[in-house]
Amino acid sequence: MSNAATTEAKPAAPAPPPVEKIKIKVDGREVEVPKMLPNWQGKLEATTMLQAVQIAGGEVPHYCYHPKLPVAGNCRMCLVEFGTPMMGPDRKPVFNEDGSPKIAKSVLPYEPSTPRGAIACATPISPGMEIYPNSSATKQMREAVLESLLINHPLDCPICDQAGECKLQEYSVQHGQAGSNFVEAKVHKPKAVDLGPRIVLDDERCVLCTRCIRFTKDIAGDDALGIVNRGSYNTIAAFPGAKFDNNYTLNTVDLCPVGALTSKDFRFQMRVWFLKETKSLCTSCGTGCNTVIGSREGKVYRYEPRQNDAVNSTWMCDSGRLNYKWIGREDRLQDVLVRGQKSTWASALKEISEKLSKAASGSVAVIASARQTTEELYLLKKLATKLGALTDSVARMGEADKLLVAADKNPNSNGARLTGIAGAELGSAISKIADGIHSGAIKTLVVFGDDVTKAGISADLLAKLETLIVSDILPNATTKAAHYVLPGCAHAEKRGTFVNVKGRLQKFTKAVEPKGDARPEWEFLHELVHNVTGQNGFISIEGLFNQMAKEVPGFAGIEWAQVDDQGVNTIS
Amino acid sequence: MPQEFRLILKNADLPGYAPDMECYLRHGGYEALKKAVATAPRELPDGKKQTSQEVIRDEVLKSGLRGRGGAGFSAGLKWSFVDRRSGKPIYLICNADESEPGTFKDRQILHKDPHQLIEGMVISCWANDCKLAYIYIRGEMPKAAKLLNVALKEARDKGFLGKNILGSGFDCEIHVHRGAGAYICGEETGLIESLEGKRAYPRIKPPYFPAVLGLYMCPTIVNNVETLCHVKHIVTMGSAEYAKLGTPNNTGTRIVSLSGDVKRPGYYEIEVGKVTLGELINHENFGQGLKDGRSLKAIIPGGSSSKVLKAGEVFKLNRKGADGQMTKVDVPLLDLPYDFDSLQQAGTMSGSSAIIVMDDSRSMVEALANLSEFYAHESCGQCTPCREGALWMAKGLHRLTHGEGRKQDADYLQHIAQNIQGRTICAFGEAAAWPVLSFVKKFREEFEARGAADEAKHASGGAPMKMAASPKH
Repeated sequence: MSNAATTEAKPAAPAPPPVEKIKIKVDGREVEVPKMLPNWQGKLEATTMLQAVQIAGGEVPHYCYHPKLPVAGNCRMCLVEFGTPMMGPDRKPVFNEDGSPKIAKSVLPYEPSTPRGAIACATPISPGMEIYPNSSATKQMREAVLESLLINHPLDCPICDQAGECKLQEYSVQHGQAGSNFVEAKVHKPKAVDLGPRIVLDDERCVLCTRCIRFTKDIAGDDALGIVNRGSYNTIAAFPGAKFDNNYTLNTVDLCPVGALTSKDFRFQMRVWFLKETKSLCTSCGTGCNTVIGSREGKVYRYEPRQNDAVNSTWMCDSGRLNYKWIGREDRLQDVLVRGQKSTWASALKEISEKLSKAASGSVAVIASARQTTEELYLLKKLATKLGALTDSVARMGEADKLLVAADKNPNSNGARLTGIAGAELGSAISKIADGIHSGAIKTLVVFGDDVTKAGISADLLAKLETLIVSDILPNATTKAAHYVLPGCAHAEKRGTFVNVKGRLQKFTKAVEPKGDARPEWEFLHELVHNVTGQNGFISIEGLFNQMAKEVPGFAGIEWAQVDDQGVNTIS
Repeated sequence: MPQEFRLILKNADLPGYAPDMECYLRHGGYEALKKAVATAPRELPDGKKQTSQEVIRDEVLKSGLRGRGGAGFSAGLKWSFVDRRSGKPIYLICNADESEPGTFKDRQILHKDPHQLIEGMVISCWANDCKLAYIYIRGEMPKAAKLLNVALKEARDKGFLGKNILGSGFDCEIHVHRGAGAYICGEETGLIESLEGKRAYPRIKPPYFPAVLGLYMCPTIVNNVETLCHVKHIVTMGSAEYAKLGTPNNTGTRIVSLSGDVKRPGYYEIEVGKVTLGELINHENFGQGLKDGRSLKAIIPGGSSSKVLKAGEVFKLNRKGADGQMTKVDVPLLDLPYDFDSLQQAGTMSGSSAIIVMDDSRSMVEALANLSEFYAHESCGQCTPCREGALWMAKGLHRLTHGEGRKQDADYLQHIAQNIQGRTICAFGEAAAWPVLSFVKKFREEFEARGAADEAKHASGGAPMKMAASPKH
């Protein structure tokens, strides 16, 4: 799987210079690698063989190693043959006839004809070291580890949910042997263990790499998982009577290199090789965890975290991950409605444009949503400025946790602030808008993406309005009261940007087509702005973003093309 | 005449000798501790100054004392690796998890002379600035744990332990921690994990060398019971006198656990290298020979994980000739001096100094099946090759001893064992693999005959093998 931070994560970027480098050889090729590199916590530590081989462009297969978890060294898949410069009895290097340093290959002390591998994940490199990730001895070690892993494995790949993204499958193809010597009966272990509300465990498929245990203990801070029994009978288990139910359990499904841990939500729903992967963002809070949306034929099947060390490392919370089903809900708004009757975009936008153009300055108010994209908020602000409208957006606060979840449940509150659609405190102008409606000064209300009846504008107040223009995704009391309903898009159905709680501007891309007549809000807002203000100049999201970045001080200097899939920090 | 030399067990078996303080003091107990804390700093001929503690550490190094737990590593060198600049406390742990099959030496000390161990530990703590020490004792020795706790209280009451020991200003406390019955807890980093309250998964080295990142990530010394007792005697005798015991590079005494097919199994303390394997088995002072009418088949010389030696084998050993030059000399099995280096040169090890003697009535296949089942049961399961391989070997051997063998099983077993040794975090991988590798290598015909017989039986009877035989766990 290319994008998802499932079992593979990139090593963290090296720290800024000065970087002391040392020379080693990987499969005979000399490479210079930093002496120190960040460890799983980002602290500088002696570079490991595994990191060095990665820098040299190679790969060392592994199960238990993960760059964001403490090193365990238990799977032994990363064993590599190696050698170090030979030292004479005088502790001085010994040279070959051609003047090159003589290399002493590591061998078993009690059997000097047999190479002794080192685990690349935990063994530091040293000057002049030679690593042989592709030697026959290294290959034999891998083959043997794979044979061992498979003797008690059920080999139920055809019905295994991990098929297609399974490291046992992949490494068996790359490094394994066609047959097994094993003739005895396999060990049987618990199947379909209900580990917690979201996780099922098949202990027979487990390779006991302990990634799930280490993540849960060292990252999620929950000492919920452990190993019971001994030897071949080792079994991953939750503590008796305790449920594995913290808000990060599904990360263990990503981390599990095999089909042992599966997600109750996703298992058996779709073979992974049919899934289209789209880089996106989680919208459940202001953290803006980077995600990959797995979809097929217009249906979203899963979210997975995507590595971004400036935001979410390689993790995401369970509540955010599972918060995708609304995208495919049956009652999604799919029709343009004018006074309850199905209409067309052309006629509705024409009517609205005419009304807004005629509206007296100050008689219109705009309540946007901090779940909208920055570009949409920018367009709404443009419209509001022309109309002299009061603007705000709805605050949505909840509880934060120590890892990823932010108290701000809107994905783009900072976008709302930066574009000026809302003040520092979201929602602080809503009572003023309510007063304006009450007094009759505000006759037209534009609402995007929020049910304002739950945010200080009662249904009675909405009834007083001459014109209520609402765009949303799902029906609610506000859309019910609206004179104009404009069906909008989920983030998965459009492109745009959010600015997270730390001010990081991040892009997301389109995974699936919108339903029915629903259109990305920026598209029809562009038409409205053009109709009402006469301004134009953008036909694409790129052009729109670049114009916004020029006009809005907080984005100055940023161009769409500069924002890669890891995002950039805004000036704020 | 080869005979015992009792240094550690000098008093333990005296009539009326009791494990209490009074008895220990009557036999000169805690005099070495008094001597140790009164040690004066000294200046070496090269002008280098040594503190009192450094003097003791130097004495232990010069004594040539090698670890009695199994690896035979220099105790003084081990102490010298301790990170003394970290600012963290330094811990001492006594490894009393004696579990190697065939080994029953430490338990003699623990049950009969616990104060000797405590004295050795307090001296070692004093020499290494350890204020806190632990005795990690095997769970199956509850009586010894009780005796130790009583002895520790007695030592505290007498001022040999606790605050301001013997007025020296040195504080030291020792706690007893009982294991829960896993062989792997004898592996020093597994032991440390267990002591920390975790599953005894041995730690990866690097980076977790106990001398630097041991108990609670602090510098830690882990020594065997017998090793720590020797420290007391090194202090009493002085390193030069001590080093006269035994043979060069194999100094001091060792308690040998002798078991199996001999007339007089038991524990015998000998000067290291001064007694041969043959003498240990046959001499009237030791094993008194094989049972009547039996002949020697094999010797497991250093605990169940050491490689087996076959009767009649002749080894090439390095010997210093009269001219001082090293030459290779043929040494028959029974003439092997029982020491660290000779057994290593014979391709095996003295390990925990437990000798298991097997006579011609023994089936090597059955014996190996038994050993392998032990290792399959005791593998902690952390590393793939050992976790899967140890049980795999045990299953193969179970088949071979239950009528479902194949001629090819000799190769089969070696294939599995070869993929374990040297590929695991701790030496358990070797411990599980070496018996299989050495038994099959040296008694291949026995394994092949057993498998061939099963194949012939099934071929003539027509019933296919089910291959389902498996040891129970």
